[in-house]
Amino acid sequence: MTFLHLFWEFFQIGLFAMGGGPATLPFLMELAERYDWYALQDLTDMVAVSESTPGPLGVNMATYAGFRAAGILGGLTATLSLVLPSVIIIILIAKFLTNFSQHPMVKAVFSGVRPAVTALIAVAIGGLFKVVLVTEDGTLAVKPLLLCGAVFVLMQIKPLKKLHPAVWLLAAAVVGVVFRF
Amino acid sequence: MTIHGLRELYLTFFRIGGLTFGGGLTMLPMLKHELVAKKGWVSEDELLDCYAIGQCTPGVIAVNTATFVGYKREGIPGGIAATLGMISPSVVLITLIASFFQAFVENAYFQHAIMGVKGVVCALMLNTVITLARKSLVNLMSVLVCAAALVLALFTPVPTVMIVVLAGLSGAAAELWRRRDPGEGGRRT
Repeated sequence: MTFLHLFWEFFQIGLFAMGGGPATLPFLMELAERYDWYALQDLTDMVAVSESTPGPLGVNMATYAGFRAAGILGGLTATLSLVLPSVIIIILIAKFLTNFSQHPMVKAVFSGVRPAVTALIAVAIGGLFKVVLVTEDGTLAVKPLLLCGAVFVLMQIKPLKKLHPAVWLLAAAVVGVVFRF
Repeated sequence: MTIHGLRELYLTFFRIGGLTFGGGLTMLPMLKHELVAKKGWVSEDELLDCYAIGQCTPGVIAVNTATFVGYKREGIPGGIAATLGMISPSVVLITLIASFFQAFVENAYFQHAIMGVKGVVCALMLNTVITLARKSLVNLMSVLVCAAALVLALFTPVPTVMIVVLAGLSGAAAELWRRRDPGEGGRRT
């Protein structure tokens, strides 16, 4: 039964997550609420691992979520279900529609979808912030909050902008151990 | 279609998937190097076109590009081979890391490290959403759609799928509205 649910949920994500990896985040949050596959708290770990592992972010997150739900076969099911709709759609477009991306109606639909996806991602990230930066008794988690602020400021500086996320994540792990987060 | 061709597609995209982080636009230089310069499978223009399609179709952009290039080379089996190649490294690596993760989760040092990592994940995600907002909020219409989606997502139980569909419809409706105006002017004269 879990496998059927995994297939159906990730097929839908593959069909409606427009804009690549980050766009899957709002859907994965919804899954955390609806199923007991993983908790909202685990989602930040999943993002961290997916960002610092090779491969497309969306695929990594799907494998991780599926693995948490039903082990190795779960990861495989979630990933294959995620890519299935786009494989079908891309092959149809490649076969029948030349200049698909230039079509005014396609452009129009996506001019609507893009800002909405930004909003959905912002809401999802807000939810994750609450999980990470507020402790269970409702006070602010000071150390992670300071680190988050410091890294965000550092990332705006030109030469540091290009640094790979994995570098920041590794540095964060060291800081976490040294300062006993 | 040849078995050799399919194997080459699988292996090429396996290498691309296994050597690039993040997906989406960060994968473009690697795709250019492998597909345009080394293999000569597509021209640079075709690759960019393919990216444009990947961005306006659902799903993971890197996977969409793999399917497209694979299909162009070897038909439907080619599209499937390239896609499987692209996702194979992720499936193997993430499964390994996820099992490792569960084994260490009780360790105190590991927990300290993870709390640090979570702080930085927040910073990275904040950066992502700011970049996205800069790219997608380009006119009044997009700001309005963004605001409406925010309200729906925060204060109503409308599912995410429905918000995406509504946003797409609003974009299409705006386009029809734009087309209607000159059409009427035309009829009047």
